[in-house]
Amino acid sequence: MVKIQIIAILVSLLFLLYIVRLIIRGKLREEYSIVWIVCTTILILFSLWRDGLELIADFVGVYEAPNLVFTGAIFAILIYLLHLSIVVSKLHSQNKQLAQEIALLKNKISEKSKV
Amino acid sequence: MTNSSSINLKQSTTVVTEGVYRIAAIVPAFNEEEAITSVVNDINQLAAEKQLLIDVIVVNDCSKDSTSEIISKINCIAINLPINLGIGGAVQTGFKYALENGYDFAIQIDGDGQHPASEIPKIISAAVNGNLDVVIGSRFITKEGFQSSAFRRIGISYFKWLNHLLVGTIIFDSTSGFRLINRKVLTIVSEYYPDEYPEPEAIIVYSLNNFKIGEVSVSMKDRQGGVSSIGTFASVYYMLKVTLAIIFTFIRMKFKRI
Repeated sequence: MVKIQIIAILVSLLFLLYIVRLIIRGKLREEYSIVWIVCTTILILFSLWRDGLELIADFVGVYEAPNLVFTGAIFAILIYLLHLSIVVSKLHSQNKQLAQEIALLKNKISEKSKV
Repeated sequence: MTNSSSINLKQSTTVVTEGVYRIAAIVPAFNEEEAITSVVNDINQLAAEKQLLIDVIVVNDCSKDSTSEIISKINCIAINLPINLGIGGAVQTGFKYALENGYDFAIQIDGDGQHPASEIPKIISAAVNGNLDVVIGSRFITKEGFQSSAFRRIGISYFKWLNHLLVGTIIFDSTSGFRLINRKVLTIVSEYYPDEYPEPEAIIVYSLNNFKIGEVSVSMKDRQGGVSSIGTFASVYYMLKVTLAIIFTFIRMKFKRI
């Protein structure tokens, strides 16, 4: 086992641990943690099984195995960012509805207290 | 979606019986402490003079100045949003209020004093006599009053062209916020109304819902106070955002109908 492998495994494990801690403390919802757990698991898997990366790269026709890692990672990041944008858009519209409801209710209450 | 107001509309083709209708004057206000008092007072004065049943509803879009204190003292229904939603979100709050409280019409009047209260009867008459669902107060049918800058007029012509291309309706002043809608339209816009720069996009929504849209010539003033919601740098963003919004609203609604 080479140094970089050990470092990669250690960092991935720490990352996984941190995610688990966030979930336990209720700071990260499970549905958003799935993607992180999967990513970390993949990282650990390929840190342990270095030949696997070469094998897959060879299989899909990528000459340099690291390029496969970059392509895969960038693609995953893009998809996750899009997912976050969708979440933000949903929150935005829910937030708007709540604000409007609150404003209308506040008005109702103040009208009632006048009478 | 039949309701009493649409039936009333059909019967009153000749006589203007404006006093019969309950009208919500929705005034969105964001940092408008300078102009808001006179805007509200003008509308109330007009309502008293012409015996119109107009309630002024000021939607304070979380202003940072003293707008909220001012509107709690003057004669209007004050709705204070807890967070800033942008002009569209503020106006929609007013629409929701109008729908909940059984108004026949809602007329949007900007809080900066650009829209003179004296033009309101003209717009209401157009809706009642012309049996229209949406009436837009336009600066450009007959060119009177404040005409806006050359750059903005180019933008407005562009939206006119885009609207015409997509839905075939020609609206000369599609960015005008001085517009009246009836109860039928209220049910739609309280469900969906754009947040930012809503005016041109709303026309697409109205057209695709087969509402009858009309335009009447009104004169507008330059703003009395505050700053425009659209700055110079924001203009390009405005064009892009509204174009995208219009195209996607068009596609979304077209597919829903098939």
